[in-house]
Amino acid sequence: MKPQHQHDHKQTPQRPVGSLGVLGQLADFLDDRTGYRAVMHEALYERVPGGARWRYVWGSSLVFAFMTQVITGLVLWSSYSASAQTAWESVYYIQHEMTGGWLLRGIHHVMAQAMVVLLALHLMQVVIDGAYRAPREVNFWLGLVLMMLVLGMALTGYLLPWDQKGYWATRVATNLAGLVPLVGPSLQQIVVGGPDYGHHTVTRFFAIHAGFLPVTLVLMLVVHLSLFRKHGLCAKQPITRPDAMFWPDQVLKDAVAMLAVMAVVLGVILMPAVRAMLEGRPIVPGELGAELGAPADPSQPYAAARPEWYFLFLFQFLKVFEGWGASGEFFGAIVVPGLVMTAMFLMPILGRWQLGHRFNVAFTFALLAGIGLLTAMATNEDYAALWADRSSFADVEKLLEETENDKAKIAAHFGNDAAKIAAFEARAKKLERIRHSQSFLDAVALAKAEAARSIELAGRPERIPSAGMLELIRNDALSQGPKLFAQHCASCHAHVDPAAPEAEAVLAKASAANLHGFGTAAWMRGLLDPKQVAGPAYFGNTAHKEDDMVNFVQNDLTDAETWKPDDIEAVIAAMTAEAGLAAAGTAPAVIEKGRGLVADGERCGSCHTFRDNGVAAGSAPDITGWGSREWLVGIIVDPTHERFYGDSNDRMPSFGKAAEGSAPILTGRQIGLIADWLRGDWYRPAGH
Amino acid sequence: MKRDKTSDESAADRRGFMTKFLAIVCGGLATVPPVLAGVWMFLDPLRRRGAAATFLPVTDLASVPDDGIPRQFAVVADRVDAWTGFAAEPIGAVYLRREKGSDTVEALSATCPHAGCFVEMESQERCFRCPCHNSKFTLDGGMVAPSPSPRAMDGLECQVAKNGEIAVKWQNFYTGIAEKVARP
Repeated sequence: MKPQHQHDHKQTPQRPVGSLGVLGQLADFLDDRTGYRAVMHEALYERVPGGARWRYVWGSSLVFAFMTQVITGLVLWSSYSASAQTAWESVYYIQHEMTGGWLLRGIHHVMAQAMVVLLALHLMQVVIDGAYRAPREVNFWLGLVLMMLVLGMALTGYLLPWDQKGYWATRVATNLAGLVPLVGPSLQQIVVGGPDYGHHTVTRFFAIHAGFLPVTLVLMLVVHLSLFRKHGLCAKQPITRPDAMFWPDQVLKDAVAMLAVMAVVLGVILMPAVRAMLEGRPIVPGELGAELGAPADPSQPYAAARPEWYFLFLFQFLKVFEGWGASGEFFGAIVVPGLVMTAMFLMPILGRWQLGHRFNVAFTFALLAGIGLLTAMATNEDYAALWADRSSFADVEKLLEETENDKAKIAAHFGNDAAKIAAFEARAKKLERIRHSQSFLDAVALAKAEAARSIELAGRPERIPSAGMLELIRNDALSQGPKLFAQHCASCHAHVDPAAPEAEAVLAKASAANLHGFGTAAWMRGLLDPKQVAGPAYFGNTAHKEDDMVNFVQNDLTDAETWKPDDIEAVIAAMTAEAGLAAAGTAPAVIEKGRGLVADGERCGSCHTFRDNGVAAGSAPDITGWGSREWLVGIIVDPTHERFYGDSNDRMPSFGKAAEGSAPILTGRQIGLIADWLRGDWYRPAGH
Repeated sequence: MKRDKTSDESAADRRGFMTKFLAIVCGGLATVPPVLAGVWMFLDPLRRRGAAATFLPVTDLASVPDDGIPRQFAVVADRVDAWTGFAAEPIGAVYLRREKGSDTVEALSATCPHAGCFVEMESQERCFRCPCHNSKFTLDGGMVAPSPSPRAMDGLECQVAKNGEIAVKWQNFYTGIAEKVARP
């Protein structure tokens, strides 16, 4: 050790003579055996020519950001479960149930984005200062590789929650990888872990995200930093101030930058909480930090799919090549980015000439400006409807509808005036953009609602079934009911709150009863209302509009002698009780009275079978258990059954009855989901 | 205290205490959030509690012959594992035995009090034996010395309903100590 000490005599602070205290002695003991003081000294007392500057902080900030990702990533790892059946579930658990999980995941998520920004700043600083020039070329190249590694981690991390957003974005990314010449398809299959997306997609992306890439990055970073130290800092020219030492002058600036980065990250995470507090809304920690969408479902379209914002420019760039087919994507996703990366790798060589250096700087700025522009374009396309005034296009919308977008008709409308037609077409194009944007915004709103419902369901006291969250969602009446209804029922039936502003328009288009609130007192009250029974919400647009029931309601029920208002209310109470949807606090005596009236052979019982009133089936639907799950399932399965409409059934298909040699239209499970949804029977968290 | 210093070093030293202090404070503060959030989440398991000890139906009296020989039964219960809920899943095993002519059923936990292995019954030797470290117990769960186990097998509270249904109070106990102490 001794020669070493002497060798470093000028650099290493010597041990204070006669230092006292246990700590001092311990430090001496360690130094004798490790030489740590020399190492610390080497690390801290680097000369900074021209003194500490703010422009040098980006590299250190990146190292700090990476260390943050390592710390938060390792702890996330301790609770993450990589499989298609558990990835979403474990991330849900981290985000919504583990203490501080939202904060940890939020830091990891937002810091990843901060890293991309810091990368851009670091790159700009290096290029502007010409820090890539000899002898630092290799280190510049290493920096570019590091940048790609970071972007690779960002890309792979996006998938890991295995939610709709990550799933669909990754499908696109991996399909694009498949366009690489020769090896593309194999490359894609290797990354995806097989021909389809599943368990091995998650395990592989996780291994790449948390293993291969960070390990490679650390190795490269060690070389990057040691080369940086070997060549020294590339000082801003001309040097006008005295040199300083890395410690503490530059370290202070670096530390302030790190603190600022962390403050921004925390700010992004906590901003919604502050907003909620100001608006007096409760703060739900699980909703802070990183988003978690609905679990990945290959069977459900996801129109809100977008890459993370820092890849949005690539997404937009691909649109430039729309209409080029596969070669366009190959060009936009592989060739151009490849050329850009090549140009960047050539920077140190070009930079040998002053003109080349200027070109490099201009190129970098142009690149960043292009990225900024493409990002702005993508954002504008998606969110235009937020700020565009759609009402000013009402005339365009009207004309398009009237002419069914027939070019000849439109031309005729404008008297074949080319200028007017061109002006109209330009406005029609703008309207189309607003419409596209609106459908994207609708998709985002839907995605948010689906995510919220998934999270609500995951919090049930029974917890998530072992088959995973998707199974729970596929059996959730609130999630599936509207979809099944839209697909199978809505071509005839409306499902709209009569009080809603759009109700009239919706009902006008329907050709069967409005099933909103079916089984409730409000629905029954409408049916028994002489003004409504033949209206569009009930039998008005059906073959039954002049049948006995309409007749009965319009003529018999209006006879105040036989049907006192209390009687009708009692019938309503009795029928909602059949549905199991009677209002709380309905007196049992009223229900009993209503049952008597319904069963009465002079009243409802003159046609309807009800309980044991002995009316034979066939004349009218059996209304025993009307509106109950069992009754609804029954009528959806087969309305032509004699228990329901029999031969007088009007157009409604027998959804659960198999025709000769084919499967029924709907499975029993699907019919049950529709019935549950119509009855409003789905899981609600306590207190809602 | 006289030291050999380069002029740079002296200059750096003269920057004074404040620069160094601020650098350490800022750098330290920047690292606090991720470390704190990490520790916070990592310690989440300390917050979790096992299911409260309850009586779970195991079998009926007819399935436990009054011959003094223990028989093994699975304990079935609803179980929650982090985010997953399992309905009616086997969560462990108990031994039940009944003396000649008795209606009283004794229940023994199958978990070895030594280190938590699954104690097996040796029907030929008419004893219990733990396969891990050879702890041996009599058929009523008593210690057979010398034994690595610090205590006899853990008895469980057992109820026999009028209809013959046997319910056992399912509990786990700390292993490796002489006293039988239930885990929370």
